[in-house]
Amino acid sequence: MEDWCWRGAADIARAVAAREVSALEVTRAHLARIAAIDGRLGAYLLVDEEGALAQAAAVDERVARGEPPGPLAGVPVGLKDLFVTRGLTTTAGSRILADWVPPYDGTAVARLRQAGAVILGKLNMDEFAMGSSNENSAFKPCRNPWDLARVPGGSSGGSAAAVTAGLCALALGTDTGGSIRQPAALSGCVGLKPTYGRVSRYGVVAFASSLDQVGPLGRTALDCALALEVIAGRDPLDATSIDLPVPRYRDATRAPVSIAGLRIGVPEEFFATGLDPEVGERVRAAIAQLEALGARVVNVSLPYSEHAIATYYLVATAEASSNLARYDGVRYGLRVPGRDLIDTYCKTRAAGFGDEVKRRIMLGTYALRAGYYDAYYLRAQKVRTLIKQDFDRAFTQCDAIATPTSPVPAFRIGERAADPLAMYLADIYTISCNLAGLPGLSVPCGFTREDLPVGLQLLGPPLGEATLLGLAAAYQGATDWHERRPPLA
Amino acid sequence: MRGGGALSCAAMKITEQEVRETAALARIALSDAEVAHMQRDLDAILTYMEKLAAIDVSGVEPMTHAVTTTMPLREDEVGPHLGAKEALAGAPRREEDFFAVPRIIVTDKGAG
Repeated sequence: MEDWCWRGAADIARAVAAREVSALEVTRAHLARIAAIDGRLGAYLLVDEEGALAQAAAVDERVARGEPPGPLAGVPVGLKDLFVTRGLTTTAGSRILADWVPPYDGTAVARLRQAGAVILGKLNMDEFAMGSSNENSAFKPCRNPWDLARVPGGSSGGSAAAVTAGLCALALGTDTGGSIRQPAALSGCVGLKPTYGRVSRYGVVAFASSLDQVGPLGRTALDCALALEVIAGRDPLDATSIDLPVPRYRDATRAPVSIAGLRIGVPEEFFATGLDPEVGERVRAAIAQLEALGARVVNVSLPYSEHAIATYYLVATAEASSNLARYDGVRYGLRVPGRDLIDTYCKTRAAGFGDEVKRRIMLGTYALRAGYYDAYYLRAQKVRTLIKQDFDRAFTQCDAIATPTSPVPAFRIGERAADPLAMYLADIYTISCNLAGLPGLSVPCGFTREDLPVGLQLLGPPLGEATLLGLAAAYQGATDWHERRPPLA
Repeated sequence: MRGGGALSCAAMKITEQEVRETAALARIALSDAEVAHMQRDLDAILTYMEKLAAIDVSGVEPMTHAVTTTMPLREDEVGPHLGAKEALAGAPRREEDFFAVPRIIVTDKGAG
């Protein structure tokens, strides 16, 4: 039974539709593994055993009646707890929403259900998706499946840990500055951040609206492609969702994948100071592997990328300060009564938000204040244009860009927690992709001597998801890093 | 420099008074210890942000969104929506079909 926890999503959906296994069996296997392991890992904030078994039974009934059960038939999925789920507590990792039971499903979740997926539960995360280590969860730490003393990355740390540890076949995460790719790299799975607007954000708790994007995490590029096909596409409920047809991304990942002649841009700026030598070595070896598979390596330059962190933390916090104004203790969530309405707001938000969220709201509020707006927010928006132009130029010379996903492998829990700025610097390679609105993917490309996973980041031009998935699939076809299982019995 | 308590050093990017004003704007109650801590953290971050000041951005348009979207118009029709009962289900306090909040207007005689 345990074996089903290591099958891919595409494989499970095929087997369920072909009646080789029931959705109930696959679901029970995952629930049993969660019960056995997650007490130590901390990936799930909520396991919906009853709901999952009911969804699985419904899939099996459809199969029995001879109806098409959907492209994700019986696939066990975990959701970052930022996804609004009808009748299932949705916390965003925050005390302020600790008891919120939403009255509706977001679009990505509704599309997953319609495709036959079985939603196992809600996954741990940094509060309001603000963090790079999952240490900002208001509820409990999530640990790295390869070393329980280390962080899984963040903010979608629970999503990456659960997928890597065989506690779901697929997970959804969100990526505002690297929150899908960085935990995928640190925990050891594939994570895809699609082009801004490719996936609807209706029913996803907002952090920074010009940057937020929904994406899948899975153990293979094929599984991520399958998930993206289901969740991508125009949604009338999200005005920023792109109105273009959704390709069959799976076709780009089916063996044999040819990447012959694809030009891979390597920006020297992403291999400079601050890069852990072992990570650099693994990533360079992965690029050499792509070259051996027929890709052509070219040098590109992204000179403004050194300003990405400063730019991002102004843009993102300004938007967050506005988005998080809605948590006021009036319509839902925590309320701490005060002497009047304003005092109620202040006390509610003081008690409900954690330190990092307060810090970012403060920074964003400050940057938007009269007298500071031009120096901080407006200037950051202009530098954002320069960062975007860097990529526009680079993509005239190449089809995809290859870099490390994170400058370092998973760090120890507590190691960076005391210094917010040091934590921000962990996002150095992932952030410019969000500022430019591009798709980005992280794929496992080896381990350090301490057996910690390393991720190769691939960035593409707008709507270049199929190219990235194809490159990742070709790489996974030639390597077996993704088949290694973490030492969790 | 505006504001600033005796302890805030002149080189700080953000004064203690500015921290208190910003917290009031952000509707977050901070204790004195939290104000001091916040000032230190924000100062370090804003010092790092300073590097942006050195970039020549003359003639550069600000980027507000990653993709140019046209705001599509739709028919003004009633679609599926939450009923009052569902919409109010998560409210910390309600009265009949309304969200209930503490008194908004406070006079010299206090709330009342």
